[in-house]
Amino acid sequence: MLKISNLHASVEDKTILQGLNLEVKPGEVHAIMGPNGAGKSTLGYVLSGRDGYQVEQGEVIFKDKDLFDMDIEERASNGLFLAFQYPVEIPGVSNMEFMKESVNATREQRGDAPLSATEFLKKAKEACKQVELPLDFLKRGVNEGFSGGEKKRNEIMQMILLAPSLCILDESDSGLDIDALQVVANGVNSQRSSERSFIIITHYQRLLDFIKPDFVHILAKGKIVKSGDASLALQVEKEGYAFLGKEFEEVDA
Amino acid sequence: MSEQIEQALDKKYEAGFYSEIESDTFESGLDESIIRRISEMKKEPQWMLDWRLKAYETWLKMDEPEWAHVHYPKIDFQAISYYSAPKSMADKPQSLDEVDPELLRTYEKLGIPLHEQEMLAGVAMDVVFDSVSVITTFREKLSEAGVIFCSISEALHKYPELVKKYIGSVVPRADNYYAALNSAVFTDGSFVYIPKGVRCPMELSTYFRINEMNTGQFERTLIVAEEGSHVSYLEGCTAPQRDENQLHAAVVELVALDDATIKYSTVQNWYPGDENGKGGIFNFVTKRGICHTNAKISWTQVETGSAVTWKYPSCILKGDNSVGEFYSVALTRGHQQADTGTKMIHLGKNTRSTIISKGISAGKSNNTYRGLVKMGPKADGARNFTECDSLLIGDKCGAHTFPYIESRNPSAIVEHEATTSKVSDEQLFLCQQRGLNPEKAVSMIVNGFCKEVFKELPMEFAVEAGKLLEISLEGSVG
Repeated sequence: MLKISNLHASVEDKTILQGLNLEVKPGEVHAIMGPNGAGKSTLGYVLSGRDGYQVEQGEVIFKDKDLFDMDIEERASNGLFLAFQYPVEIPGVSNMEFMKESVNATREQRGDAPLSATEFLKKAKEACKQVELPLDFLKRGVNEGFSGGEKKRNEIMQMILLAPSLCILDESDSGLDIDALQVVANGVNSQRSSERSFIIITHYQRLLDFIKPDFVHILAKGKIVKSGDASLALQVEKEGYAFLGKEFEEVDA
Repeated sequence: MSEQIEQALDKKYEAGFYSEIESDTFESGLDESIIRRISEMKKEPQWMLDWRLKAYETWLKMDEPEWAHVHYPKIDFQAISYYSAPKSMADKPQSLDEVDPELLRTYEKLGIPLHEQEMLAGVAMDVVFDSVSVITTFREKLSEAGVIFCSISEALHKYPELVKKYIGSVVPRADNYYAALNSAVFTDGSFVYIPKGVRCPMELSTYFRINEMNTGQFERTLIVAEEGSHVSYLEGCTAPQRDENQLHAAVVELVALDDATIKYSTVQNWYPGDENGKGGIFNFVTKRGICHTNAKISWTQVETGSAVTWKYPSCILKGDNSVGEFYSVALTRGHQQADTGTKMIHLGKNTRSTIISKGISAGKSNNTYRGLVKMGPKADGARNFTECDSLLIGDKCGAHTFPYIESRNPSAIVEHEATTSKVSDEQLFLCQQRGLNPEKAVSMIVNGFCKEVFKELPMEFAVEAGKLLEISLEGSVG
């Protein structure tokens, strides 16, 4: 699915990722944890192709193709999805309209016929129910006036509708109460399959109580410094990042 | 990202072609004899000629206004031809079969079929080509309802009393520099009369096309809605692509008598000039309506064209309980400049007005909202609400807002809200991450921004306006 080799990337001339390696196979769920400033969000942005994130070295192969040869929207329509940490508002553009354009752009790229309004509406309603948002959210402007939790659930709804092959969740748990967290986790779990992979970027272990990862990686100073199974997350929860060395001790107390 | 969008959006002005049509065009220049010739060509009554000549005299004494937030080279009024008409129109064709096929092809190319059976159902159209009206469709159907819809030249022959009574009654000859010029040299335009209590059975529409080089277009539109009547009218405009600037100075007058409603929509797509700011139409237009008791006038405009726009569709709320509305989307890109807005003059009691203005600036353009809300001493309980939003695309453009508020009545309420926002990189990135190309993304964001105004357009044209915006936006992000 995804193979990242020796990835170096910078933002505004500041090197953030410094030789990151990671392989994600179909169906796997990888959690990436790490202290603030480790480069967790940067990884999501570099992979999705955000402007201003410079790749300096290294290679990423996504579904047998060179990821960096693709535009942002090509990566998206090839199945790479990023759930944003801070979803932005698009006033006046309804969620429904936005998602329909988005789903059909992706379908077009894949050579599938666009969904009709009725077909799409049916899917959208199902997805909306799945993330426990009232149906009028489909008519409201994209993220317009949504609470933090509603925005996160809206991201998961988009993920369900787009049915991507690689989902990158950037701190989808931040700012959520336990009920909302459960909803987000259920949404993600319902999408797990042998063909779909997840990279879950999170600060806290608690999301991983609900979404069981196959692998946990600790990202620090732009590199993966430790990998393990779900138990690694529990260790971090208990001991903080002290095991990384003195300089990280204070960061996540 | 910006560069990529700029490339993706770089598309041409689609209405920029020129039609090879033999025309009778006056030599350039303006003096009394030109005005006499225009009047003579149209076989106008003496009073009309006298009216024109008085306007000309006034105009000669006036100075070109310079207060608008626009810059353009001084116009040489002697270098303009004041009359141009296709030769074939001299024989006054009575039906479409007699109209020069090249003319019909021009409108086909513009996506405006003139054969009634091909037209949008429920829309009657008057078509003005350079200085003359080519054809007015669906006349019979309209006349059954007693509605008069024809060119103003024709109205001067058939309904001279109506024209004489109302022309200049809302925009006087000496109102301003361009209105005075128009009053002197106007060549054609539309005339609409809705009798008492009649709800006009169709949308009325005029399509203005400038074709000939070095000509100015000076049309005059007059709409009179008698007591309790209702009409919705739409105008559209395009012009060929040229390196020279061309002048379009129109006057529109609306008269809404007691309990009448006039809805006036404009989709303006004059040639805006090339990417270096060369060429394009100077669009200096005076539009004003007067509302009598309980009457309502609603202006909706979607302005995407013209090199320079100077236009303030206004309402004089003379009658008690009358209502004025102004919904505007003005998009500027490249080197376009727009200074546009409205005037709401509240004279009667409990008069209400709403102003929703959406300015979108891209490229190196400048977009100005200028609006006046005036509450007269007798306007007890009058209310105004103004919302003025600007959207910036890129970092080389400008948005400016000049609201003027004058209240002489302590019971009047005036509200003004203004926002400025940018199409942010975050919004674009979100759209692209969801598979949309930058072009689609920007047009979606802008359409969302304009939604409040688009929903005011007649349904048949709301879609067109959205598309027009899409085309106009192309090449706009830099």
